[in-house]
Amino acid sequence: MAVDTHALNAGIPSGPLAEKWDRHRFEMKLVNPANKRKFDVIVVGSGLAGASAAATLAELGYNVDCFCYQDSARRAHSIAAQGGINAAKNYQNDGDSIYRLFYDTVKGGDFRAREANVYRLAQISTQIIDQCVAQGVPFARDYGGLLDNRSFGGAQVSRTFYARGQTGQQLLLGACQALARQVGAGKVKMHERTEMLDVVLVDGRAAGIVTRDMVSGEIRSWSANAVILATGGYGNAFFLSTNAKGCNVTAAFRAWKKGALFANPCFTQIHPTCIPVSGDYQSKLTLMSESLRNDGRIWVPKQPGETRAPGQIPEAERDYYLERRYPSFGNLSPRDIASRAAKEVCDEGRGVGPTGLGVYLDFADAIQRLGRNVIEQRYGNLFQMYERITGEDPYAVPMRIFPAVHYTMGGTWVDYNLMSTIPGLFVLGEANFSDHGANRLGASALMQGLADGYFIIPYTLGNYFASQAPPRVGTDHAEFRGAETAVRERIQKLLSVNGSRSVDTFHRELGLALWTGCGMARNATGLKQALDRIPALRQEFWEDVNVVGGGEELNVTLEKAGRVADFLEFAEVMCLDALTRGESCGGHFREEHQTEDHEAKRDDENFCHVSAWEYTDIDTAPKLHKEPLVFEHAKPSQRSYK
Amino acid sequence: MKLTLRIWRQKSPNDQGRLVSHQLDDVSEHMSFLEMLDVLNEKLLAEGQEPIAFDHDCREGICGTCSMVINGVPHGPERATTTCQLHMRKFRDGQTITVEPFRAKAFPVIRDLVVDRGSFDRVIQAGGFISANTGGAPDANAIPIAKGEADVAMDAAACIGCGACVAACPNASAMLFVAAKVVHLTHLPQGQPERAARVREMVRTMDAEGFGYCSNHFECEAVCPKEISGRFISELNREFRELFWRGKS
Repeated sequence: MAVDTHALNAGIPSGPLAEKWDRHRFEMKLVNPANKRKFDVIVVGSGLAGASAAATLAELGYNVDCFCYQDSARRAHSIAAQGGINAAKNYQNDGDSIYRLFYDTVKGGDFRAREANVYRLAQISTQIIDQCVAQGVPFARDYGGLLDNRSFGGAQVSRTFYARGQTGQQLLLGACQALARQVGAGKVKMHERTEMLDVVLVDGRAAGIVTRDMVSGEIRSWSANAVILATGGYGNAFFLSTNAKGCNVTAAFRAWKKGALFANPCFTQIHPTCIPVSGDYQSKLTLMSESLRNDGRIWVPKQPGETRAPGQIPEAERDYYLERRYPSFGNLSPRDIASRAAKEVCDEGRGVGPTGLGVYLDFADAIQRLGRNVIEQRYGNLFQMYERITGEDPYAVPMRIFPAVHYTMGGTWVDYNLMSTIPGLFVLGEANFSDHGANRLGASALMQGLADGYFIIPYTLGNYFASQAPPRVGTDHAEFRGAETAVRERIQKLLSVNGSRSVDTFHRELGLALWTGCGMARNATGLKQALDRIPALRQEFWEDVNVVGGGEELNVTLEKAGRVADFLEFAEVMCLDALTRGESCGGHFREEHQTEDHEAKRDDENFCHVSAWEYTDIDTAPKLHKEPLVFEHAKPSQRSYK
Repeated sequence: MKLTLRIWRQKSPNDQGRLVSHQLDDVSEHMSFLEMLDVLNEKLLAEGQEPIAFDHDCREGICGTCSMVINGVPHGPERATTTCQLHMRKFRDGQTITVEPFRAKAFPVIRDLVVDRGSFDRVIQAGGFISANTGGAPDANAIPIAKGEADVAMDAAACIGCGACVAACPNASAMLFVAAKVVHLTHLPQGQPERAARVREMVRTMDAEGFGYCSNHFECEAVCPKEISGRFISELNREFRELFWRGKS
């Protein structure tokens, strides 16, 4: 495959790691305060990254148009994050530091992230907490009135700030209230129920977008001096995931088709503590915060085919497999490791529950040690949620959990300035690929989304404007007209298939093919099967999908069809990336590449790079570009949590 | 289980709308209410009919998108539960279930069960925030906040903005929603500088958007999926009264 490293200049500033961001901030050009109002910015997405970016850019004086598919900015899926947000405050005096957060994140990502980006993230983390408190985010506090922390997801220090089990909600409301203030002040125009369906390039630069008003069906162009995508991840390619039902890859995928490289699409995170699938009507999976693993013990019966109720199985016949295999981290092992271990015990026939795809998360010991009151205080809302969904009382019977697709580390390739390979197209939050490598640590997604939006893009966007003076092109430009026509034609095409199968049946089938071939464990045979199946399924979709209703009205089926059509193309890139990466790292576990005790085996000689894919044509394979990763501080080592 | 569903169908804001009956067999008690509607929609699609439009997104009870009135109660019969978290085991075999959109002047119907709650956003835009530009914040531990106060702020901040309180209120009042935001920010030291202006502007906008007045029915509290306390309304009233005493109204 052709490899071109020249095109992928990440633009990492020179100098010592700890000084790169400071130095870069000084070297970047500034826009005069009086000139900021002459620049228009489009922000697509209103989650943590999008809302924080839109609000902050408006505060600086830029004119912002912000778009979201939800009926209100506040409903973006960041709201569902439960556990917390990391920051290297070291308020607990337990040995945390910026360097330690940096090191943990690089190691947790299995040495597949950029050192400079991750260090910057750790530096900024402390400012995020300050900013959120100033906005009124009601973080948990101790009796002295100071902020409380907990340890979370594979960290040995307590650096996670939280607001009960609703941290994402509170951070998003903070960002959305900052955004609302700017909407009220007239500096941001908010466009709800509006879906971006294409990005428009003029002379090679991002010049605007084309949207569909999801209520009226109107197709419309918007132009700006720069476009920011903060459109989240692509976990819904699997159909069943913990993402909200509306989450989709469309914005990022359209940018890909217009030339923005897409990095590491095979890096998906499977979260270990979700409620198992209960039937074929299942529409989504529900995550329960992994903070549960602080007190719950994970086990399965030692014997395959065990039929006794959990309470009837004596201690000696239980296998607390995480505690056994990883004595020092135990039940708090990182997500990828805990998920894979659950899959292995279920593959051995030791899974529990009606489907055999589940493991126990047992609080009996914790309730005995701490009392039911303490457990109720810590996890009351999660226990309630579990009971609502399953009808079982987790105070009396162990919870059943199983891994589910949760987060995607892959995303649009961006440089150190968060700009994609299309000048003027910036990508923030989960939608970019930059900071989590092959596996994200718990409580780091919120940190990254807000770092990108509050503290990085406000500087780097100004630098783009000041150094490149991108023109504002009118929406009457031929490129806009052409993009609008293409969007209309595609909608017409979807409406005119008049086939016999619903959109959901295709999406479910695609999801199953991906879960089987490109899920928790992958191998060349399975990936090749998926790569055979996906194009065939895509063809069936375009020949037999049934999209009822019209284009010029609120049409839920049409919205879903457009998104699934994109997943049907995008899934192929995921599998191709997984097949090409002939090593195991983080969430990407290739069965051919494992150690004797079934741990992931990285191949730093051949795969210590970012794989960035370039769209060529629907019928030809995308082109691979490699960005080599250099580790000067965190020396790649075998991740060991034993 | 077998169910008879009477569901509100309305093609557009100007359409008159009506309840349409559907039969559904083979409903599993483990389905969520929305999964049951998914199954019905698949059935309608197979019959060449247009599916029922309803708002939903996270299906985890936190985004606040789902918005239907089930047998006369916003979010249905289970206490402290959004529609998406309501499961069919709460219903009986053979039951008839009536499903309607949230109804209020300030929440116009867009289609079927989908309503426009933009009025809530406009109330927040009027003052439901703390003006703290990015960048100048002091250290997060610079101002200790008593745990009790922080806990009250969090109790109020838990509001998901779904609008069930408005749909349940005979006056379609948004007092609980507004109170939740006012109480959240009033109980924090950071919220003090804008305390009076916030109450004044939010209440003014609430009235302008067409929400009704509160007459202490507390239906709002009873249906709130996050159990936001009706006491917060008293606190909002107290804050509002302060404006008059201080001549700031």
